[in-house]
Amino acid sequence: MASIGVVTPLSMFFAEPLSLRSGAALRDYTLAYETYGTLNAARSNAVLVCHALNASHHVAGRYAGQDQPSGWWDNLVGPGKPLDTDKLFVIGVNNPGSCFGSTGPMSPNPDAPGQAYGADFPVVTVEDWVDAQARLLDRLGITQLAAVIGGSLGGMQALAWTLRHPERVRHCVAIATAPNLSAQNIAFNEVARRAIVTDPDFHGGHYERHGAVPRRGLRVARMLGHITYLSDDSMDAKFGRTLRHAEPAYSTQDIEFQIESYLRHQADKFSEYFDANTYLLITRALDYFDPARVAGGDLARAFEPARGNRFLLVSFTTDWRFAPERSREIVKALVDNRIAVSYAEIDAPHGHDAFLLDDARYHGVLRAYFERVAAEVGA
Amino acid sequence: MSERADLEIIASLVPPGSRVLDLGCGGGELLAHLQQYRGCSGYGIEIADDNVLACAQRGVNVIQLNLEDGLALFEDASFDVVLQLETLQNLRHTERMLRETARVGRIGIVSFPNFAHWPNRLSVLAGRMPVTKALPYQWYDTPNIRVGTFADFELLARKLGLQVSDSFGLQHGRVVRRWPNLLASVAVFRIERR
Repeated sequence: MASIGVVTPLSMFFAEPLSLRSGAALRDYTLAYETYGTLNAARSNAVLVCHALNASHHVAGRYAGQDQPSGWWDNLVGPGKPLDTDKLFVIGVNNPGSCFGSTGPMSPNPDAPGQAYGADFPVVTVEDWVDAQARLLDRLGITQLAAVIGGSLGGMQALAWTLRHPERVRHCVAIATAPNLSAQNIAFNEVARRAIVTDPDFHGGHYERHGAVPRRGLRVARMLGHITYLSDDSMDAKFGRTLRHAEPAYSTQDIEFQIESYLRHQADKFSEYFDANTYLLITRALDYFDPARVAGGDLARAFEPARGNRFLLVSFTTDWRFAPERSREIVKALVDNRIAVSYAEIDAPHGHDAFLLDDARYHGVLRAYFERVAAEVGA
Repeated sequence: MSERADLEIIASLVPPGSRVLDLGCGGGELLAHLQQYRGCSGYGIEIADDNVLACAQRGVNVIQLNLEDGLALFEDASFDVVLQLETLQNLRHTERMLRETARVGRIGIVSFPNFAHWPNRLSVLAGRMPVTKALPYQWYDTPNIRVGTFADFELLARKLGLQVSDSFGLQHGRVVRRWPNLLASVAVFRIERR
């Protein structure tokens, strides 16, 4: 199927401060975003796509000068695709704190002229992101979204939309996500953060002032993350125990196995484009997300505001980082509230990464769901 | 078409406006019918990917679960009606599933192929397992791991302390109330907790 083609990133400046859950505020900020398709006259066909850890507002299409689609969810979003831009107006937003164009740790700190925020960028939460996204929608003249969709951390944002602004969203599509992170999941994040923070080039998060980049820490963080996004079986199928050379070299430090080579390559790539402080902020946002916490630990109570919303949840059987059981907890909370919900548990081998991949059953369900969403809003 | 007629007969057992849980809802035909014509709401449970997709296409809420794992997702008496239609014969834990049906719903409606229907009896008398419209499989490839009769179910319901508030057979899209164990290919029971 055709990609949407060349797209242009946009940005919007917000002069009014964004109050954050921590009590701090972003004095002013810019949001980078992209849109695909056409907003209909009734302004009813908008779908917001929320991104996960290392993605951005560049959801679909390619930039001028690129010959391949570079959007991270290009297989899902485009003309004739499950999220059909011939019918729907799709919006991708880069969250504040990220490093792809929206205000983040690498942006100038208004309180320290001539310097970047660095470690002084305030802690942002999933809820803060949702509020920032809502302001962008205000500016775009969109009162109500036909749907909000996201996978993983993006799924948490989609859920948070229905809790914070339930009247502004009709459908919530939350994929490979969880109602909060388990201790094991927080532990993985903490190892990644320690790898970054203990890198001698980190300089307490003010590496920019030292002209340094804590690439070693970022690399290790990425390697760890990457392992947890794949399943044992998919790694085995892709790499197995294949050696790089015909015979072992009996070295402790050289690359021996193909999996090592792959991880190092991924880590090197990542450390070239991703910001270390952003990694810390985003993993923290994951850790803090816990809507049941303010409802006395009762997830069903937490979802009471969402009683007018409709949900689609999807999980993948081999996803051990955001396991199906966690999605089922959300389904149960919704069912307890008599909220309309469908749930597909896709038997895919790819682990957490499956949410980014093109699986016929997965995309089939999304296509069917969004066709109904589009019909419902007259798109 | 008797399937359509069967569907309408079953639907007529569901009080209008009911909150319904349909265990093994297939492509969601009955739920869609109940939503459209009887103002019902609720969820279907399905394990098969193609049925989950069909439900999504129909706009029926479907939750992909293996019924053998139980109904822990649902609170006691959280539904007016729990449907367990042509599902029982495919489940290993028949008793548990019936108990769960009665726990989660105020009313349970259960249907299954009646093995004591007279053509089946004749077939067995002739020394062969029956292959009929209600039991379309060969003995070696049937997904029906539980074959029972109308009369058997009455006994099981009693054993489980379930009250049968109505029961009848279905044959060629018609209700059979006279000798259903002999004259009907499908058995239908309406059960409630005592």
